[in-house]
Amino acid sequence: MSLPRRWTVALAAAALVVALVLPFTLSNFRLFQFTQVYIYAMALLGLNILTGYNGQISLGHGAFYAVGAYTTAIMIDQWGVPYGWTIVAAGLLCLVAGFLFGIPALRLEGLYLALATFALALAVPQILKYFEHWTGGSQGIVLAKPGAPWGLELSPDQWLYLLTLGVLVALFGLAANLLRGRTGRAIVAIRDNPVAAQAMGVNTALYKSLTFGVSAAYTGVAGALSALAIAFVAPDAFNVFLSITLLVGIVIGGLASISGAVFGALFIQFVPNWAQDISKAAPWAIYGVFLIVFMYAMPHGIAGSLRLAAGRWRRRRAGTTPAG
Amino acid sequence: VDTLIQQIVSGLATGGIYGSLALALVMIYQATDVVNYAQGEMAMFSTYLAWTLLNAGLPYWLAFVATLVIAFVGGLLLERVLIRPVESAPVLTIVIVCIGLLVILNSVAGWIYSYIQKPFPSPFPSKPIRVGNIYFGAHDLGALGVTLLVLVGLYVFFRFTTLGLAMRAAAQNPVSSRLCGIRVGWMLAIGWGLAALVGAVAGMMVAPIVFLDPNMMAGILIYAFASATLGGFTSPGGAVLGGLIVGVIENLVGTYVKFIGTELKLTVALVLILVVLLVRPSGLFGRPVVRRV
Repeated sequence: MSLPRRWTVALAAAALVVALVLPFTLSNFRLFQFTQVYIYAMALLGLNILTGYNGQISLGHGAFYAVGAYTTAIMIDQWGVPYGWTIVAAGLLCLVAGFLFGIPALRLEGLYLALATFALALAVPQILKYFEHWTGGSQGIVLAKPGAPWGLELSPDQWLYLLTLGVLVALFGLAANLLRGRTGRAIVAIRDNPVAAQAMGVNTALYKSLTFGVSAAYTGVAGALSALAIAFVAPDAFNVFLSITLLVGIVIGGLASISGAVFGALFIQFVPNWAQDISKAAPWAIYGVFLIVFMYAMPHGIAGSLRLAAGRWRRRRAGTTPAG
Repeated sequence: VDTLIQQIVSGLATGGIYGSLALALVMIYQATDVVNYAQGEMAMFSTYLAWTLLNAGLPYWLAFVATLVIAFVGGLLLERVLIRPVESAPVLTIVIVCIGLLVILNSVAGWIYSYIQKPFPSPFPSKPIRVGNIYFGAHDLGALGVTLLVLVGLYVFFRFTTLGLAMRAAAQNPVSSRLCGIRVGWMLAIGWGLAALVGAVAGMMVAPIVFLDPNMMAGILIYAFASATLGGFTSPGGAVLGGLIVGVIENLVGTYVKFIGTELKLTVALVLILVVLLVRPSGLFGRPVVRRV
């Protein structure tokens, strides 16, 4: 029971207008936080394509986030590549990396895939520290925030915000198109019944590894932008808890939902900030409780619950009795 | 050669600890088809409880036993309260609930006990035992002994007691077992309790080596995963043996393969998991799972 299409478009347009006004009204710090929200939203969308739509559980998407971030950082720091290209490169590299990781993942289902990706997430900081020559070891790499191009009168924070917003809108449009058509149906069919999907002529192996690649690419682009926004990368930022944070985001926002990525991103950006005031450990305690409570009470997350509420409201207005 | 033997022995000791945690994982997996991601944190939390009891002035072995009892009851309750409602839910749901539990235990431990490392006493003498030119750490040998003791205890329990038989039956064929009058749900809960108990042993044995802190189990958990994968998720004995093998590999690789050293330890475990899953997904001693479509 989803909203009519014109409503969805109208809501998205309204949200976009608000998002475009924000940089000229908020302080730089708030703006940075919202930039971070958009970055998380991209990563969550990537993970959701894989886990929510395709049913492949990844507990290690922080690894691709790290690859994206380090691609950007190393290309700028070592080779002086213009930052715009490094974002593209990060996306492509993660596409390939994800595709390659997706191939062994074909043989791993459910729990075993979760296990392998969990191990990946745990191993990432060590690997980053090991290649000290490129990654700067545990010191990390410090970058400069890029300024606005073409002589625009924008502060670096405003420019990064708008850049991130632009990338986000493009990636969301891409995902919406990808998931609505034939490809999207194939991806979901593989999740719901792989055997039946194969019998219907879906090349499950190819689709699964491609989904892995696309998902990793989204997360990699997010990582690249985060390196620019924070202007610093260090191995310990990409520990296993980053991967768990992303998982929290898609569960709270809503599995198999595009708009859920935004709700999830808002949650993981702002809730820990508030909770931090109680105790250093509180954000994680809250994450954990939310994870479990949502799984029991709202398995479709915020987006799913809103959709249900909207459907109920429409039915009441139309005066029909709900089916089933 | 002396170094080699020494490394193998200390590898066996840490391997025993990986093995016991792997054993706990396998027990839960066999009983409920759940890989418990929170196993490490459950062990960590039990170890903190042991620390509290020790600080309250209890003698070591009394605190040890008390911790085991608490861990057993705690594991039982966790299954009843958290896992039971999602027992028949999709894998993703169960994984997420386990991850939620992991996060909660980790942060609550940090909240109560702070993130500062604490020393944890070993019940064994600190003086190494010398055989020829080789020194054995008394704690290493003790930990290995305790692990083997736990393994034998579990074997006896599952092989020779009615309750053990009922638990095996419940895991193998829940429907028939229920028809025979076995309370399958409770058998699963007891399985969780036992796994928590075994995890607590592992935690208390490893804490003197790695020190006590809320994140101490992350690295050990991944080695336990590697052990369970290597031995096969369907074989308890295999898990322990897998643990011993992994422990020895870890030590030998760390000593003799220079470019890996100790810095890429976790990566070794990752590669091991991937290789086993790709080459022989059922592990060395497991049987492949056949599913009817």
